[in-house]
Amino acid sequence: MPIPKVLGIETEYGIVVAGAPEANPISTSSTLINAYVAGLADRVEWDFVDESPGVDARGFAIDGGSGIELDTHLVNAVLTNGARLYVDHAHPEYSSPECISPSQALLYDKAGEEVMVRAMASARRLLPAGQEIVVYKNNSDRKGNSYGCHENYLVDREVPFQQLVKELVPFFVTRQVIIGAGKVGSEFSGSKATDVDFQLSQRADFFEEEVGLETTLKRPIINTRDEPHSDGQRFRRLHVILGDANLSERSTWLKLGLTAIVLAMIEDGFLQDLKIELADPVGALREISWDPTLQRSVLLQDGRRIRALEVQYAYLEHALEYVEHFGVSYLGNETDGPALLEEWGRVLQALDDDPMTLADTLDWVAKWQLVRGYQERHQIEVGDPRLAAIDLQYHDLRPERSLFRRLPMRRMLDETTVSWATSNPPPDTRAYFRGTCLAKFPGSIAAANWDSIIFDLGTDPLRRVPMMDPLRGTEAHVGELLRRVHSAQELVEALGS
Amino acid sequence: MAEREQVRKSSSTRPEVAEEEATPSAERSDQLKAELDDILDEIDEVLEDNAEEFVRNYVQKGGQ
Repeated sequence: MPIPKVLGIETEYGIVVAGAPEANPISTSSTLINAYVAGLADRVEWDFVDESPGVDARGFAIDGGSGIELDTHLVNAVLTNGARLYVDHAHPEYSSPECISPSQALLYDKAGEEVMVRAMASARRLLPAGQEIVVYKNNSDRKGNSYGCHENYLVDREVPFQQLVKELVPFFVTRQVIIGAGKVGSEFSGSKATDVDFQLSQRADFFEEEVGLETTLKRPIINTRDEPHSDGQRFRRLHVILGDANLSERSTWLKLGLTAIVLAMIEDGFLQDLKIELADPVGALREISWDPTLQRSVLLQDGRRIRALEVQYAYLEHALEYVEHFGVSYLGNETDGPALLEEWGRVLQALDDDPMTLADTLDWVAKWQLVRGYQERHQIEVGDPRLAAIDLQYHDLRPERSLFRRLPMRRMLDETTVSWATSNPPPDTRAYFRGTCLAKFPGSIAAANWDSIIFDLGTDPLRRVPMMDPLRGTEAHVGELLRRVHSAQELVEALGS
Repeated sequence: MAEREQVRKSSSTRPEVAEEEATPSAERSDQLKAELDDILDEIDEVLEDNAEEFVRNYVQKGGQ
């Protein structure tokens, strides 16, 4: 039986100062986040005590070194929606709160975009005339520098990590045909890359290993960072670094939903007869990304060749059978599951028939149609910088400049709900407790992180309230209590009794 | 699995995923092309003035 797929997305955004290209990205990111936080009533710092990005899921730990950068400790805030907003690796980063369903995680990812839009507007007042901070939701600067959009999923600790790797890799390598964000050209340093006019993924050019602990160099398809931010005896937090930052709501929802379904199937041993093992996963990742016609096949270990769409069909067929046995409640509600399975089938069929019919649904198709349309209309060459500019500007978050916003994409959310989610937590996870405490008692909270809150009640010592189970601290558990108490003191006493 | 079967069959009232009516694909394809034409008519107004300089100046530090 699968455990609930608590999930969320953390995004490192691209950032520039229009009018001052030499601006320092770290101080620019700090200015942006400070501008947003200053507009909020109170601010609570992040607590780093339990961070351990050097612990490996394969069962060992490394000590700094090896290229893993620890946090910069620059600007770090917790929002009342339960999210974390901070500066990481010279980028502004928004880590969504823990969510109970793919559609809820989509909502809180979009709320992160709205936070960035508001932050840009707030920062505009702080900069000299003619300068403006601009934020991009993409993953590459087209010059070989990449930054991530990571997904996180709660996984049963009992699943052997090697099994996760074996049964996930073919899915991860091929899911880009659905959820890639698209890129003009390639940043891969090799002769094969020179013929790539357009590819499915922002990130495929940057992956070098099948499995590993790194996230900033020698990036692996499966990241082994073992930092559960919860009870490590029961849970694993699968940290997925492969994905692109999506703007299309459908793409984000499918990315989260399909991955959650595949993880549940692995937990239940439902993929053991899959019989798909790629001969060269890293090579296949690029081969597939570089072929937007989706016709090319990749080599399997048993000598067969297979198209990415066929691999996806194999996972979908298992998922359709799986739902008959196990239902869909592990996805947090009863509606996401059936809708995801239907959309998965529809999208694969359309990709096989005519991908362009999905220009209103998937990021890479929307971008490709725009780039090709512009190229044909103006009769320009493949390498024309205007096509690269369209690629970048697709991801520009300024409403008036965003090319994505001009496209007739199918929506799943409305602006009112997204706006609500910038300041209110999801009710169904511990993020509810974190966000509500912050909103109610900001002056009594010394620090917060994913699995605890530290209260400063004005008396020594500080009181740490652990939150080791992502499914406790929900509105159902503590909503009544939080509405009843009038002070943090009262709350901590009630919790302790 | 009786309990799960029941859970699956009971209909939830929370419409978290709004599905709109799908149009037949050929028709939808033509519609999308027409919409694209309109967007291409206006896109130069929002595109960065100097594409070459804009692309050159877009430099990021590597992240995760």
